[in-house]
Amino acid sequence: MSAFAAIVRRDLLLAIRHRAEAANPLLFFVIVVALVPLGLSPRRETLELIAPGVFWIGALLATLLSLERMFRSDFDDGSLELMLISPQPLPLIVLAKILAHWLVTGLPLVVAAPLIALLLGLPAGSLAVLLATLVLGTPTLSAVGAIGVALTVGLRRGGMLLSLLVLPLYIPVLVFAASAVSAAAGGLPVTGQLYLLGALAALSFTLAPLAAAAALRISVS
Amino acid sequence: MPQSEHHSDSTPLLETVGLSCSRGHRTLFENLALRISAGEVVQVLGANGSGKTTLLRVLCGLQPPVAGVIRWRDQVVPPGAPELRAEVQFIGHAGGVKLDLTPRENLDVAIALGARPSGTTVDTALARLDIGKFGRLPVRSLSAGQRQRVALARLLTCASLLWVLDEPFTALDAGGVATVDTMLHEHVQAGGAAIITSHHPVALGRVTPRPVSIDAAA
Repeated sequence: MSAFAAIVRRDLLLAIRHRAEAANPLLFFVIVVALVPLGLSPRRETLELIAPGVFWIGALLATLLSLERMFRSDFDDGSLELMLISPQPLPLIVLAKILAHWLVTGLPLVVAAPLIALLLGLPAGSLAVLLATLVLGTPTLSAVGAIGVALTVGLRRGGMLLSLLVLPLYIPVLVFAASAVSAAAGGLPVTGQLYLLGALAALSFTLAPLAAAAALRISVS
Repeated sequence: MPQSEHHSDSTPLLETVGLSCSRGHRTLFENLALRISAGEVVQVLGANGSGKTTLLRVLCGLQPPVAGVIRWRDQVVPPGAPELRAEVQFIGHAGGVKLDLTPRENLDVAIALGARPSGTTVDTALARLDIGKFGRLPVRSLSAGQRQRVALARLLTCASLLWVLDEPFTALDAGGVATVDTMLHEHVQAGGAAIITSHHPVALGRVTPRPVSIDAAA
């Protein structure tokens, strides 16, 4: 088994053994999205207007909530040291961790999206675009988040710093994804936003593993 | 068999030249010259906080030294060089064992991360460390000594020239110490080397570690 496959398999196994913890981000996401209509207004026009933004803010915060898990326990129990000493390329190992994180946090959001869209009264026509933004956007959240976690994993209470580091980098995803869904609901073209989201995903998946690997070496030393 | 006769004539496997290390802003030791040759076990001695663990972490490339270089087979290598990482196995204070995985799953990951499998199967390795019947239980349900044995089983499943062991005898019972003793013996007989730390003198029957004090180097 290659190192990449072994790490993905390991992290998925760990997520399965910690089902409750792994399901937390999704639960958080559902709660946020379900509470907004109650707090604001359940009127259809209002919801249609705010749904794309609410959806993506929820997805972003849910991802942020789950980020620390990516390297924290590996740091605590010494597994991270083994990965650093391993002759296998560290960026590849980090990429495996990012992929596993997305499979555990990002993918459930994509799967739950149609149901949540119904809850928010999102027009059926924009559902396809919503799914496209999620498929393109959530991997970026995991990849960019990995850099932040790698930088803060050595700190005892790095949670706040992690949010400050990562949130500004999440803003472009939020802006383009929410605007794409809004535009689709209004019957406007969305190709531009989707291309930009795709570019962000490609960029983050190629560069984030390198940056996170370098950050991990600093954090552990 | 005295180990000291081996290393004087041959090229050392690993050598440090003028190595200085610090933790935070405190210098732990300076100008350390250490040679580890194939076929010997080096035991690092030093008081608490003298930098034994730091030295091992620096040798593995987990932490850069403040000054000095590490030579691997007569070549100066940068900290954590790939050729060094391909031949080093490290077992630290934190054993690197996932508590929610079984010993078998832990070893599968270790094999995948290692340079090359040794040919020893996971079952054989676990059986040698006397935890064969716990192979399918989560490590969380095992005792501290058994967890340490899971970490030590990595040494058998993955092949490497240099074992870097930080307090390998922690929590082990007499039988466990004897097993590690035999493992070290076989490892050096096969041309490998090991550097270990230990707070208390352990009675090893088959290998005679060469003591190196880092207090004196400071």
